[in-house]
Amino acid sequence: MNSVDEIPVRVKAAYGNVRPVLVEILHALDRLLDDGIPTTIDLASLPFGPGELDHLEETLGQGELVAQLDALGNSRIRETAYPGVWWIEHRNVNDEVVGRYLEVTRLPEILCSQDADIGAGRARLGEMFE
Amino acid sequence: MKYTPTVGEILQAKGVSRRGFLKYCATTASLLALPPSMIPRIAAAIENARRPSVIWLSFQECTGCTESLTRSASPTVEGLIFDAISLDYHHTLQAAAGDQAEAARHAAMEENDGNYLVLVDGSIPLANPGYSTIAGISNVDMLMDTVKGAAAVVAIGSCAAFGGLPGARPNPTGAVSVQELVKDKPVVNVPGCPPIPMVMTAVLTQFLTFGQIPDLDKHGRPLAFFGNTIHDRCYRRPFYEQGKFAETFDDEGAKAGWCLYKLGCKGPTTYNACATVKWNQGTSFPIQSGHPCLGCSEPRFWDKGGFYQPLSTGHFGSGATVAGAAAAGVALGAVAAAAGRARKNKYTKEA
Repeated sequence: MNSVDEIPVRVKAAYGNVRPVLVEILHALDRLLDDGIPTTIDLASLPFGPGELDHLEETLGQGELVAQLDALGNSRIRETAYPGVWWIEHRNVNDEVVGRYLEVTRLPEILCSQDADIGAGRARLGEMFE
Repeated sequence: MKYTPTVGEILQAKGVSRRGFLKYCATTASLLALPPSMIPRIAAAIENARRPSVIWLSFQECTGCTESLTRSASPTVEGLIFDAISLDYHHTLQAAAGDQAEAARHAAMEENDGNYLVLVDGSIPLANPGYSTIAGISNVDMLMDTVKGAAAVVAIGSCAAFGGLPGARPNPTGAVSVQELVKDKPVVNVPGCPPIPMVMTAVLTQFLTFGQIPDLDKHGRPLAFFGNTIHDRCYRRPFYEQGKFAETFDDEGAKAGWCLYKLGCKGPTTYNACATVKWNQGTSFPIQSGHPCLGCSEPRFWDKGGFYQPLSTGHFGSGATVAGAAAAGVALGAVAAAAGRARKNKYTKEA
């Protein structure tokens, strides 16, 4: 036997931990629409049984936008099939997942160009004219 | 004292962008079990933090705690050692040995007097100090000498925190924990056999970020990780509420992933973060693998009766009380959940 896939025992993935997250997203969307307040849900802090995180990801589906960030390892930032609900996965330089978040917002902050980086880039460009 | 660069300077020197830094802060918040609303405060703190000197002492232990830490994924231990902390003394990991190693310990103590962290794994034998010595120095002498100039002491693993296996009855070496000897310094206990690697790095990151030790429970454990029981955060909890229990390790209930309470699970009385942080890069934890929790992060867990005895029979002498205990568990869970919310609100207000 070389991998866990060969173990013949199969556990049914139905523990009921996905539904509360969907309800939380529903409330977060109301908050975003009514008051303009974004919400971040740290998926690492919630209990999930085998297969439940995959089930949540499948339920939310894929939307129109996927972005890849290359900073201290790769990150994938993608909008789910529910506009305003973003699935964010951060990986470290060893390609291990170090954070998984759901952001309910119009645009995740990490996608915006940051003033410090804009300033450093401006300085680099300015050097061409010195 | 030599100049130590801030973490912000280290990351800048490595060409890490602000986006990369924000990502680092987001994963740090996750690591510290802080709400994402704390990220801006963490960013401000980390930027100006300086890496602390760390002296790691190994006494009556099995090296399992070091094994666990060096498999910590977030941040990588290499990254932690080289970027976030300055590990100046650790028998197992350092290249130096004998007099050179002891000289490194004394040099780190002098250079960072009053500011360094002492990490200890293993218990300390008092019956006869000769049971465990390093470079001819007894464990108790080395501990008391090293903590004199420390900012804080972190007891890593159940042996250092509570005496652990060496301290189990009849305790032949007279093993004691760090907190039984160190009375004039803050002591943080990070128990577990071994502790979850991410919890160890999180305590170091907390110190690095905020320059102080985290809030602790009555056993000296960081509340962020030891504030809820395994049972409170267990994905099998819904089955407990429904009264669906595995009765043996191979019955239909076990195959369906039902609650392991009747097979001796110590989840309801064990405070730790295994159910959410999990092990092996978040792959699984004992209950997910079909085995009851042993309660390894609780004081004297070796002497608390059989690992496969239900908690109710252990305390009340009859399996018939399981149902009653289950009902009580529901009420306890509600209290713990309320406490968890209160804590989160507190952090949110501070941000």
